[in-house]
Amino acid sequence: MFPIIQERNQLVVAKLIDKFGEAIESHEVLKDMLCITVSKNVITAVLRYLRDEKELQFNFLTTLCGMHYPEKEQLGVVYHLHSFVNNHRIRIKTSTDIKNPVILTATTIWPSANWMERETYDFYGIIFEGHPNLVRILNMDDMTDFPMRKDFPLEDQTREDKDDSMFGR
Amino acid sequence: MSENQKQIDKPTVAEPPEGVSGQGFFATSFEKAVGLARKNSLWPLPFATSCCGIEFMATMGAHYDLARFGSERLSFSPRQSDLLMVMGTVAKKMGPVLREVYIQMAEPKWVIAVGACASSGGIFDTYSVMQGIDRVIPVDVFVPGCPPRPEQIIDGLMKIQELAGNESLRRRHSKEYEDLMKKYDIE
Repeated sequence: MFPIIQERNQLVVAKLIDKFGEAIESHEVLKDMLCITVSKNVITAVLRYLRDEKELQFNFLTTLCGMHYPEKEQLGVVYHLHSFVNNHRIRIKTSTDIKNPVILTATTIWPSANWMERETYDFYGIIFEGHPNLVRILNMDDMTDFPMRKDFPLEDQTREDKDDSMFGR
Repeated sequence: MSENQKQIDKPTVAEPPEGVSGQGFFATSFEKAVGLARKNSLWPLPFATSCCGIEFMATMGAHYDLARFGSERLSFSPRQSDLLMVMGTVAKKMGPVLREVYIQMAEPKWVIAVGACASSGGIFDTYSVMQGIDRVIPVDVFVPGCPPRPEQIIDGLMKIQELAGNESLRRRHSKEYEDLMKKYDIE
């Protein structure tokens, strides 16, 4: 890792802790990339701050996707941010209870989050509050499950021709 | 010109069906004459979604040459085709599209499912993939393989030719055919 990235990482962490304090739950460098876990109550405020702060300027949302932790009964969202100005990438994670999976939308900060949030809703069932059109984007509209959750069965349940004894089960 | 060359240049004519012939006339049943015409001028509609489609392109090419079976005229309009060739993985979301294409085809029509995915879902035993196109439309011939070689696709087409050639003119008006369509919820 280039030393300059380390400096930028430290700057991001220091600024976020200074601004949000307790709401920044943890931070670590994973696979050469800074990863910050944030309370879901401040997620949009953190993203907006990272975009608008003069020294940071994370102007680009590279990607956004869901996560499922069945043992913690939690769903999470991970945001990958990229600052074109500083050539710096970071990850922001947040999590929510699976019984009430509501997270504020990032479409108010980056309009490009629109389809990514629809996809995350489609596969994980995370509801993005304030999203302009939160409907399924890839799967059939009449689907009721969220197929990327780990409790979703891998094989198609409509098949009748599969004999378990042939598969060692 | 060699003996071999002469054979290639000689035009081939479809075998006549059973009938009575004499000097200056040939008589056969209407059904057989229609069957002969249909089987040697099938217009396929390629519904190619993945690697089986690539094999089909080879089948259409000069080396394997589907034109030898009277099927060189591909139709990209369902209205003007006789044979729907479904080649490749069909996602569940594609199902209604495939059904619509089938409905838009004019009778008589045949369907061939090329490859493991179109026939049964293949390796994609998952929530997003249709487990065989016979769940939405009736299929006449299944071609196995992942993907099948062009020879196998040609074999499938020849099976369709056999069906088309021997089909009764009344089949499409029969109770069985009506029931089959009803099973797929197609009027």
